[in-house]
Amino acid sequence: MSRPRRVVVLDYGSGNVHSAAKALERAGAEVELTADRAAALEADGLLVPGVGAFDAVVSQLKAVRGDEIIDRRLAGGRHVLGICVGMQVLFERGVERGTQTEGLGEWPGTVAELPAEVLPHMGWNTVQPDEGSVLFDGIADERFYFVHSFAAQEWTLDVMPPFPKPRLTWAEHGGRFLAAVENGPLSATQFHPEKSADAGIRLLSNWLRSLE
Amino acid sequence: MPVAIRVIPCLDVAAGRVVKGVNFENLRDAGDPVELAARYGEQGADELTFLDVTATVDDRSTTYEMVQRVAEQVFIPLTVGGGVRSAEDVARLLGHGADKVGVNSAAIARPALLGEIADRFGAQVLVLSLDVKRSERTASGFVVTTHGGRTETDLDALDWARRAIELGAGELLVNSIDADGTKRGFDLELTALMRERSSVPVIASGGAGAVEHFAPAVAAGADAVLAASVFHNGEMTIAEVKAALAADGRIVR
Repeated sequence: MSRPRRVVVLDYGSGNVHSAAKALERAGAEVELTADRAAALEADGLLVPGVGAFDAVVSQLKAVRGDEIIDRRLAGGRHVLGICVGMQVLFERGVERGTQTEGLGEWPGTVAELPAEVLPHMGWNTVQPDEGSVLFDGIADERFYFVHSFAAQEWTLDVMPPFPKPRLTWAEHGGRFLAAVENGPLSATQFHPEKSADAGIRLLSNWLRSLE
Repeated sequence: MPVAIRVIPCLDVAAGRVVKGVNFENLRDAGDPVELAARYGEQGADELTFLDVTATVDDRSTTYEMVQRVAEQVFIPLTVGGGVRSAEDVARLLGHGADKVGVNSAAIARPALLGEIADRFGAQVLVLSLDVKRSERTASGFVVTTHGGRTETDLDALDWARRAIELGAGELLVNSIDADGTKRGFDLELTALMRERSSVPVIASGGAGAVEHFAPAVAAGADAVLAASVFHNGEMTIAEVKAALAADGRIVR
């Protein structure tokens, strides 16, 4: 890496932002924790954390115009990484406890409760990365730390050439769900790389390497 | 492959220091929570639980700093329990880097606290910690206690767990007062009842004395196993516990 990648961790009042920031630093990034629009637009990468309820995360994110920041970055091909509920809100809608909330709609589909006997899905699970995944390079067989009850359980987005097909990584708890998506400049993980020990740091450094 | 069984060491802290002896070799400072957390992380701990036994409010602010220092350097999930009395306490702990918060006696005194925490932060941050004792006074045969088991409440342990889950608890840390300190193994009957009757992950705690004790707790239904002194005293390592679980056909990280 010629110079450290500059990453903004979007600080909009949700999630364990300090751990995410420190994990990125450990992975070699220069990190700023802020909701400042200019900084978030200019950084090499934007990390969007998220913990808690889908509707709360969407409204907190919109309160800092995070939805616009993400759109603007993607329009310019600039990378964004969503984590946990920060991944979920990228879909069209979320259904939690009977309440349906509109998401950011970057990807089609619904985030809904997993069909599992024991929820939350809590702990270290395996994943099945797509061939050619950048995020999981060298760590395809590792376990990652999940803590969630809801997830996207199908993928329906068709991508036309010359854009590359989205790389989908699946995991299982009760049923199959999306553990990670790599779709051009927009990537996301349902698990917490910043809580997944060495494998998580490696995933973050894989992401940093992909930033242009 | 399903989610791995979690092995969790529990550390007592007061005023930002680990207070019960931990006898690792080559530690510069046996009371430094960051050094201990890192050491357990290297050994393969799947999470860390800190139990704050701080006596005063002044001391508690040093605990927040401690949580922050650990969270900034050790990248595995961190649960902090002890003295959590309000959603504001939870906000502060999460803000300093805790991933989950254990609530015990404050929820017994005021159950609505559980809903307040879960509504604001999600059920996944909320661990209901129960100190449970065998009793003929309750239908299940298990009663919830406070003050380290010295005071019995009127709560049937299974009823309380079910109610707490309805209110928003996302995990149960079930500590058997009868088994605690005996080193004769976990309370398997209690673990099985809790697993059978609840929809959230169950952590079995209390009674671990040998590596052979962990697999039966998992067979009884524990999603995670927690121990303190056997790890701190160097009687066994996390890796040895995991090897014993794997030999029993359990999935570990």
